[in-house]
Amino acid sequence: MIEVKDLRKAFGAVKAVDGVSFVARDGEITGLLGPNGAGKTTTLRMLYTLMRPDAGHVLVDGIDAAVDPLAVRRRLGVLPDARGLYKRLSARENIEYFARLQGLDAPTRRSRIDALIAALDMADIADRHTEGFSQGQRVKTAIARALVHDPRNVILDEPTNGLDVMATRSMRAFMRKLKDDGRCVLFSSHIMQEVGALCDRIVVIAHGRVVADESPDALRAQTGTASLEDAFVKIIGSEEGLAA
Amino acid sequence: MKSSLIVFWKEIRENLRDRRTVINTLLTGPLFAPLVFVLIINTAVTREIDKAEQPLPVPVAGAANAPNLIAELKQHGALIKDAPADPEHAVREGDADLVLRIPADYADAWRKGESAQVELIYDQSQRDAQASVSRLESLLESYGQRTGALRLIARGISPAVTRPLVVAARDQSTAQARSGTMFGMLPYFFILGAFIGGMALAIDTTAGERERQSLEPLLVNPVSRGKILIGKLGATSAFAVTTLLLSIIAFSIAGQFLPVEKLGMSLEIGPRFALLTLFVMLPLVVVLATLQTLAAAFAKSFREAQTYLSLLMFVPVIPTLLMSVFPLKTQTWMYAVPLMGQQVAIMRLMRGDPVTPAQFGLCFACSAVAAFFIYLITAQVYRSERLAISA
Repeated sequence: MIEVKDLRKAFGAVKAVDGVSFVARDGEITGLLGPNGAGKTTTLRMLYTLMRPDAGHVLVDGIDAAVDPLAVRRRLGVLPDARGLYKRLSARENIEYFARLQGLDAPTRRSRIDALIAALDMADIADRHTEGFSQGQRVKTAIARALVHDPRNVILDEPTNGLDVMATRSMRAFMRKLKDDGRCVLFSSHIMQEVGALCDRIVVIAHGRVVADESPDALRAQTGTASLEDAFVKIIGSEEGLAA
Repeated sequence: MKSSLIVFWKEIRENLRDRRTVINTLLTGPLFAPLVFVLIINTAVTREIDKAEQPLPVPVAGAANAPNLIAELKQHGALIKDAPADPEHAVREGDADLVLRIPADYADAWRKGESAQVELIYDQSQRDAQASVSRLESLLESYGQRTGALRLIARGISPAVTRPLVVAARDQSTAQARSGTMFGMLPYFFILGAFIGGMALAIDTTAGERERQSLEPLLVNPVSRGKILIGKLGATSAFAVTTLLLSIIAFSIAGQFLPVEKLGMSLEIGPRFALLTLFVMLPLVVVLATLQTLAAAFAKSFREAQTYLSLLMFVPVIPTLLMSVFPLKTQTWMYAVPLMGQQVAIMRLMRGDPVTPAQFGLCFACSAVAAFFIYLITAQVYRSERLAISA
């Protein structure tokens, strides 16, 4: 479970995140939706302790990220916005590197990596150097290395960014599987169809603030609109930065 | 420590797969500098020897005016030739190193016992000609002195009367020390080798990692940034030390082929030289690797990092330059200054001059302390939020 309490972060005079609070529960998919530049990535970066918040708290399974960042990182599987691979290493070696850094022993590493390669359907590319990988193959490798330590909480920053239709479909299926395992899945997106189709709960962020925190149905009911798209436009106040 | 080792081995493994890095570390870095150095020295030495032993060609205008002088010059290895039509022009254009002109009134003055004049036409700015000019000058000088002495004796006066003071030069430089002045650039080449060896990794592990957007995922792992940095510094230092080691070995082998003994010099390049050089250079390699990593950490891209590091490459040449412009007497405090300490220690080692264990220790310790401080600064930069953000 991930709890965020009144998170704030400013870059100079720009308030990127200005009092964000929400809870992402286990066994649910929570979507962080907002237009480009709304503060989604900055919020997530504070969650996985890459950035230090100016104010507010992040609790992962009850552990305060400001107090014990290493323990928090151990409980998180993160696919950041930046997902570069080491191109002179094979996909398997890329995953193996992160597995070692997570402190897994050799038998665990082997079984986890084999399981992930099977689950992500990447057996054909596992032993190739990652130079020249397609966008989809790169994302699969990045996800595998993010989840190699079997984390209870999964954070995905725009996971379907740059993926084609087939890759997007399999990514969504994979996220549902993570949810069915009972994990807490938190992902950000600016694509409303995706959020509507996947999420148990939607947190809408605009201008660094949470403007709605509901289930998709409740969101439609609250705004009195039939489609989610209309609901978002109504909540955010403009159509800027959203994609269908 | 375990996490640092994981990072270390991954960087080593990944970079060993990069052919350009491997060629730089194992070939270009260690071999280029010593080989160029040996080549230059070899050419210089061979040329000096050639000049000293070969007959000295002397174009003479008016040779017929002084047959005795010409005979004397021929006897001492001069090869008398006809002078060009316009001696001044020929010398200015570099067609002739020098021209000796004997005026028509030479014989007259000589017979009367007056000072007879000869003209030596040369160009001071032609470095090539200097050896020939000074050889001819000393030939003429000794001919004049001998004749003067004979004239005094003929008049019943001891030649010593005209020479109240005689200087006997006693050169105290040892054979090794004389070669030392020629090899002043050598420590710089070792330092440069280590610099080239670590450069690719310093860039790849920081600016490169940032540019290909793999730094942020790496930092999400439950490992402190300090430990990650240690692993990366270790890998950079390991490549640099490999380059240095090969560089020292290459030089020790190539040094055997230098004809320095022909110049009455000798070099102390043996296993002892190699080991002690490696010892004083080790902490300096870490200093350089850390400095490189620090500079590269400020860069946003590979290219930017390369620019910073090329500028940084000029730092090690400073003590070498200073010491050739201001040849200071070696003092103990010099061993305490990183770069200068290594310069002094390696020079003295090569010349066979004594260096005390305390001085070795001082050199090692001070460079190690410097390395530690630069590490602290780099770690501080590594902890900054800005570092991780790729975009």
